[in-house]
Amino acid sequence: MPTPPAPTPSASSAPAARAAGASETGRRTGALSGGSPRLALLFLTPALVLLLVFLVYPTAYTLVRSLFDARGDEFVGLDNYATAFTDDRTLVALRNNVIWVVVAPSLVTSIGLVLAVLIERVRWATAFRLVMFMPLAISLVASGIIFRLVYDEDPDRGLVNAVAVSVHDAFSQASPYPGVRPREGGGLVAQPDGAMVTTARFGPDAVLALPLTGYDPATLPQQASAAVPAEPGLGVRGLVWLDVGGADDRPGQLDADERGVPGVAVEVLSGGRVVATATTGDDGRFTAPDLPAGDYALRLPAHNFAEPFRGLTWLGPALITPVIISAWLWVMAGFAMTLIAAGLAAIPRDAQEAARVDGATEWQVFRRVTVPLLSPVLVVVLVTLVINVLKVFDLVFVIAPGSAQEEANVLALQMWQVSFGSGGGDQGLGSALAVLLFLLVAPAMVFNVRRFKGDRS
Amino acid sequence: MRAFRIVAVAAAAVVLAGCTTSAGHSAPPGADVDLSGQRIEVAAVWSDDEQASFERVLDEFERQTGAEVTYVSGGDELPTVLSTRLVGGAPPDVAIVSQPALVHSMAVDGALVPLDAATDALISEQFRPVWKEWGTVDGTLYGFVFKASNKSTVWYDADQLGEDFVPPADWDAFIDLLRTRSDIGGAPLSVGGADGWTLTDWFENVYLQTAGAQMYDKLAEHEIPWTHDSVRVAMETLGRAFQPQFMPGGRASALQTEFADSVVNVFGDDPKAEIVFEADFVAGVIAESTSATVGQDALFFPFPSVGDTSSVITGGDTVVALTDRPATTALVRFLASSQAADIWVERGGFISPNREVELDGYPDETTRRIADDLVNARNVRFDMSDLMPTSLGATRGDGFWRAMQDYLGDPDRLPQILSDLEAEAGAAYARR
Repeated sequence: MPTPPAPTPSASSAPAARAAGASETGRRTGALSGGSPRLALLFLTPALVLLLVFLVYPTAYTLVRSLFDARGDEFVGLDNYATAFTDDRTLVALRNNVIWVVVAPSLVTSIGLVLAVLIERVRWATAFRLVMFMPLAISLVASGIIFRLVYDEDPDRGLVNAVAVSVHDAFSQASPYPGVRPREGGGLVAQPDGAMVTTARFGPDAVLALPLTGYDPATLPQQASAAVPAEPGLGVRGLVWLDVGGADDRPGQLDADERGVPGVAVEVLSGGRVVATATTGDDGRFTAPDLPAGDYALRLPAHNFAEPFRGLTWLGPALITPVIISAWLWVMAGFAMTLIAAGLAAIPRDAQEAARVDGATEWQVFRRVTVPLLSPVLVVVLVTLVINVLKVFDLVFVIAPGSAQEEANVLALQMWQVSFGSGGGDQGLGSALAVLLFLLVAPAMVFNVRRFKGDRS
Repeated sequence: MRAFRIVAVAAAAVVLAGCTTSAGHSAPPGADVDLSGQRIEVAAVWSDDEQASFERVLDEFERQTGAEVTYVSGGDELPTVLSTRLVGGAPPDVAIVSQPALVHSMAVDGALVPLDAATDALISEQFRPVWKEWGTVDGTLYGFVFKASNKSTVWYDADQLGEDFVPPADWDAFIDLLRTRSDIGGAPLSVGGADGWTLTDWFENVYLQTAGAQMYDKLAEHEIPWTHDSVRVAMETLGRAFQPQFMPGGRASALQTEFADSVVNVFGDDPKAEIVFEADFVAGVIAESTSATVGQDALFFPFPSVGDTSSVITGGDTVVALTDRPATTALVRFLASSQAADIWVERGGFISPNREVELDGYPDETTRRIADDLVNARNVRFDMSDLMPTSLGATRGDGFWRAMQDYLGDPDRLPQILSDLEAEAGAAYARR
């Protein structure tokens, strides 16, 4: 079996791996050379001391601390763990961690695999790999700030929304009066879809006056003229006017200098069905032709007033976790690609060649030969990424705005906030969360350590 | 009446300041002890300009007493720095902390040294009584506010609102102002809803006015529940301002806007709004991030009153002593005096709650008015979220902050939001 290159262990598993290596080396020296155990001890001491001081003691202390209260002087048993599992925030964090572990590492490994296989075939492979690897050289906090901007809601700042808005605007027309709303108590109410409908029903010869507001009178079209109340006559007649900018500012009343709103589409409804349409003139008046006797309502459809498209709220509660995962993907894809590319270089080419000679398509070669041969590397990359994902903290902290932090929360962040966040907190509960996180990481770490051992023997 | 009071206070301040300065040279607060060779360490959150100004204050103390004072900036992590150093048994001699809740917990833990009688007397004489309460834990005075902020200022862009703009006299006029500005197509009110603390400041200002100071104190101590009717009334009053048509981009955008952006949205080169509410430090953001000039196009009016009393929400940094050495006592007493405050007042970016600080000493008209409002307001109350346990009142995306964000996002959920908040408050105060 080909030996995959030992991947760079992630920070958290490095000491463990080193420790495993150290003890093994010690054992072998003793067994093979028959040298004095004292000498072995001498060489081992520095590593052991470091291990004890920086890993064993903190771990043990965290475990003990998690059984005490916030101040650290009262033993509370497993209360902190009970609190952790009944606290909504921790549960959301746990749920998000599960999403992260399920989605992120496999996504990054797949993308890394595809990139590695494709880039192998291009001429400037090294240059491509370099570019793909570069995000890893940027600190996660800096990456977070970059993505915070990329996903900013304001299309003037956020790249994603800027693109979304230009694509959207290329295909759909802007409404003539964005943001206009009915004057409160003026006879119209806004519907959830943005249309405005009259509150009262009326007959076929009604005369209506419909005040609108929320629009700068200075930006009305040139041809808009002074609003004139509609005269009674045949059909439904009415006036749609902008109830601001008059000499007096009486809400709901037609004042001198107030102008009509030209070009507004008007629909007359009967039982929810459109029975007539009209458009307002320059003075804001409209007439819907003769209608049979009956009860009618009037609607100003949404396309008159729709706000310009401003993109999506990427950093809102709904999308925040996928958005942060995408940032992590940008950072880590290069890492996965590099490791997989190294593994790819080490697999025997004759298997692929043989498959091609036998008439396999490229997809079949990839699916049935390359991937199985690479599987040991893929597993190591995946497990390393799982460990990395469980300790994700900075990206979440930086990218999620305060109003979406609860929805974006992960265990590592929750642990920090509980222990140290804003004004010194509850380090008992924080320690309990740390232990929880440790338990979640442990299986992946054990797996990786075993793997390294297996590779070596 | 009000004008008369200001004149009277200013006159009193001038007279008193005259006394302290003339007396100051002969007997400054710390000069009765010779502290040469003594080393004192002070820890606070200030860095950069604020650190430079504070060091000037310390220089004066060094000059008078011969002691050597080292300043350590803990930044925003000061609480963590302090708790670590307390555990390690080597606390700084004096700490200046922003959270009264931290003063409370340190006092309960026995980490603080009560102020001596002379300092106590000095504070009683130079501060209004309400300031003394915030430094008192279980009847013992542990600290005083050295640097205060006025969290009841509403800032507006005078260029956009026009020359004949008259600041609204009360809440109804304020809502009317927002309505008329939005009727002509604007979105006048910039709300920094991504930061929960800006929203809690809104609520506190309204609550202090609609419910009164006594209820405010009760709510801060959780003696009345968050489901209390007064809370609902205040929220609904506030809800009249938090209308989607008043805010650029509506509710969702407000929740994505951070405090600094909310200021830039008003005073930046491409303004999206006209009015922004927050504390006096908005002036700092305006100076730093926009081309507007405070006092010319960037002006403020006091938070519009709902009732008929003037009230101010304040925040501030509290001086506490962590050791009982004579040098520590002397420094704390010095910092309590108007003499120490005067030094920083002159340099700007500082408001002292000390009544003997001369208003004329403030470097510009805007700061002077902010200080005047703060020192002379009928009702002054400390920022409620700072008085709460930090897990409730100062955690991103949780507790009080989160509740206000939820309310801004969807006011129809108010009963649910308040009952959730009450449940969290119950747990948080129980742990305290």
